[in-house]
Amino acid sequence: MIFLTRKAEFSSAHFYRNPAWSEEKNREVFGKCANANGHGHNYTLEVTVGGEVDPITGFVVDLKLLKDILEEQVVSVYDHRHLNHEVPEFASVVPTTENIAVAIWRRLDGKIPNAKLHRVRVYEMDDLFADYYGEEA
Amino acid sequence: MVPIAYFSRRYRLSAMHRLHAPSLTDAQNRATYGKCNNPFGHGHNYFIEITVAGPIDPVTGFVVDMPKLDALAKRELLDRFDQASLNDDTVFAGDFVPSTENLTIEVERIFRREVPKLDATGKLRLHILRIEETANNSFDLPSEIRTQPVLS
Repeated sequence: MIFLTRKAEFSSAHFYRNPAWSEEKNREVFGKCANANGHGHNYTLEVTVGGEVDPITGFVVDLKLLKDILEEQVVSVYDHRHLNHEVPEFASVVPTTENIAVAIWRRLDGKIPNAKLHRVRVYEMDDLFADYYGEEA
Repeated sequence: MVPIAYFSRRYRLSAMHRLHAPSLTDAQNRATYGKCNNPFGHGHNYFIEITVAGPIDPVTGFVVDMPKLDALAKRELLDRFDQASLNDDTVFAGDFVPSTENLTIEVERIFRREVPKLDATGKLRLHILRIEETANNSFDLPSEIRTQPVLS
């Protein structure tokens, strides 16, 4: 098996708030990220898939096809959007980097022909990122 | 079922070191370490990448409370090693050679012990520690590999 990684970028707004909590509690747990107006990031997404090399094409998966899948499933939904207000999976889930990685995994899993989704990595900034491999416990 | 995710944070520290093994002669040290054996030392901007693993808290959405991880990194990493001479000011004073391999082993040992204390679930753990000495040299130590700094 060989692993192949494709990057994509999206720029989105979000905030971290639990609507059941008071303003004070939200500020205590989430700090500046609790600002109810939101703030934003340039996210970098790295999607790694694993598979066998096709003996005719030499590809594991056609990178153009993978790019189109990322565009359709993720970028077109997240880019220049407010994650809390406009992306359905974050209506009641806090759009932390961890949860964004899980949500993207769920959007992509099973949709990539001839390859198995291996890892979803989401960079919120150069010094902060989350990985998800589909594990649950 | 709760998703298990991996959260990584990168910290930068600047330090000087000199690679010199007391058990080797000066000539052997020069042959082994080359310009890294310069008697006056030299320095690097190190990047330390800490990856922790655990269940995503269903309420907060976090694997780890990042301010707590940052506070741990300030206490155990930056306060100890940043703007320091690794040979003179740190745990390496004495017989350790402050190679980046040995720095990685020491920092991994500290974080493997301290990361589980950052939350109450008992499930948070250090997954892997990576140190980039320069843009071209890096060292990774997965936490399931238990190892000790090498005495010279």
